[in-house]
Amino acid sequence: MKITRLYFALFSIAVITATGCSGGSSTPAGDQEITPNLNFYNWSYYIADQTIPEFQQEFDVRVRYDNYSSNNELLAKLQAGASGYDLIVPSDYMVQIMTQLNLLQPLRPENIPNLVNIDPRFRNLPFDPENTYSIPYQWGTTGLAINTRYVTGETDTWEILWDARYRGRISVLDDMRSGLVPALKRLGYSVNTRDENELRQARDLMIEQKPLVRTYSSETYMDLLKSGDIWIAQGWSGDIYQVSKENPDIVFVIPREGSYVWVDNLVIPNGARNRTTAEAFINFVLRADQSAAITNYTGYSSPNRAAFPLIRRELLEDPGMYPTDEVMQRLEFMVDVGTATSLYNRMWSEIKAR
Amino acid sequence: MTTYRKYSTLAPPALWLGVFFVVPLLVIFVYSFFQRGDYGEIIYAFTLDNYLRAMDPLYAGTLIASVRIALIATVLCLILGYPLAWYIARQTPSLKKILLALLIIPFWTNFLVRTYAWIFILRTEGLLNNTLLSLGIIDAPLEILFTQTAVIIGLVYTYLPFMVLPIYVSIEKLDRALFDASRDLGATAWQSFRRVMLPLTRPGIISGSILVFVPCLGAYITPDLLGGAKSLMVGNLIQIQFLAARDWPFGAALSFIVMAIVLVLLLVYARWGTINVQSEPGDST
Repeated sequence: MKITRLYFALFSIAVITATGCSGGSSTPAGDQEITPNLNFYNWSYYIADQTIPEFQQEFDVRVRYDNYSSNNELLAKLQAGASGYDLIVPSDYMVQIMTQLNLLQPLRPENIPNLVNIDPRFRNLPFDPENTYSIPYQWGTTGLAINTRYVTGETDTWEILWDARYRGRISVLDDMRSGLVPALKRLGYSVNTRDENELRQARDLMIEQKPLVRTYSSETYMDLLKSGDIWIAQGWSGDIYQVSKENPDIVFVIPREGSYVWVDNLVIPNGARNRTTAEAFINFVLRADQSAAITNYTGYSSPNRAAFPLIRRELLEDPGMYPTDEVMQRLEFMVDVGTATSLYNRMWSEIKAR
Repeated sequence: MTTYRKYSTLAPPALWLGVFFVVPLLVIFVYSFFQRGDYGEIIYAFTLDNYLRAMDPLYAGTLIASVRIALIATVLCLILGYPLAWYIARQTPSLKKILLALLIIPFWTNFLVRTYAWIFILRTEGLLNNTLLSLGIIDAPLEILFTQTAVIIGLVYTYLPFMVLPIYVSIEKLDRALFDASRDLGATAWQSFRRVMLPLTRPGIISGSILVFVPCLGAYITPDLLGGAKSLMVGNLIQIQFLAARDWPFGAALSFIVMAIVLVLLLVYARWGTINVQSEPGDST
């Protein structure tokens, strides 16, 4: 009898775990007024030192601040059920996925008057066409870091990744979407292609290129660039900007074949208990002074027009950070590819398995 | 009353196992028969596709390659660990304590930090190359970092203590008189090692090998950091399914296949181990 009960208890736990405890969602007080807490989940090193203390002081709110290091980590946490976070910063395609999975709640523009500061070019982007759920926080591009001491000749092309002279000195981003970009762009295809044939060609090019690769890396490549182990790295603009401050030989270029723009966005997940406070925080970081402070600290590009006069000149004048309109036209926004994700997964595994 | 008492003492471990082992495992098992939705959500409809997909040469090949790497690491750990365990077991009690402590101390440091340390040791202008170059042993730097060799070095380094400790325990328990007796009866050093010491320490070898092989098979940080993510081990493959590919059902199926392989290997190993121990006296008559 006892045993049966125990089994029953275990079974119930299994059922509860499997169904993922979707708790009831009565409207919390935080929906209407500013509550004294805010749980903010952001990328590491992605805010200025003074932002949170100043917000806490001005609004008399206590901010709990945690960090993650990838969109997938963020999604996994959110999908596992009540994450307890009120404000998160997913990238473009992830906003789209989270919207589709019904994980986000709409923003209320009346609570975020500083929305007007956002550059029109960064409003109504393909992953959230009406800005229903998301406000751009920072953005950047993916391109090449080149160590000019060792690498000569034409560097503004993805083709350099196939140059046998640099065997063992090349690193490529370690993810199925970004890692296929050099090949897709060299072939003249979209970074969001869902065409199996195009992806196959891209895969073959990346397999051809693999013997030259020292490492596939999305994080350690910065160290390897600094130390000179790697001379050419596919990487993110802000990361490379930070490396170039320590090693001036390193420059960031956007290849002429084009690349993609990524945008990280402030969004409020479903189940957030402090929705109004989160909106107040969004409004706060959209202020010109706060937004400029964040950009000056991180080195990533700002979508905030009003902040431009306060952003360091060297950043604004860097064509890698703020590309000209002409270059911008060759850049795509990344969107989720839906069912084609498994194709990307497959191609990437095939490259890795060689 | 007595039955009640019997079960009540059984309850805590049963509950522990149930909550932290059986239930998560069941969840993964159930997930492995579901499907991935367009946006990575789980569609609760039965399918065997995930298991069929795992049979694809691409994934099966990765699995075989992982088993191979884990086997190499295990054998290297055994070759390095056995003499070390034997050496430690022969020391005075106070020295033994110190040596065992030295073996454990690396675990006070985070695994990730220790793995990063290997990057600094193995890189082109790292500690190893600079030392060998300045000693004139090599005249061009060795390219070890971001190769399979680096992965195996990392695995052996990490899991060596798991091999040494169980073997140490079984050598420690060994009656030295048996060894002396075999020598008195005319056995050579090799013969008494082969016929006396090895069979008697077999339980230590078996548990050490299991403790090394199983985590090596599932390793994913070492191949990522030291292997440069250039080849996939099955651990990486599973990680990709749960994160980047957002295909939990397929990831769950892969996990289960790995678990099944480990289970089969363990059963074979355990069986082979005990039969040999029992048949040993019979052999010598």
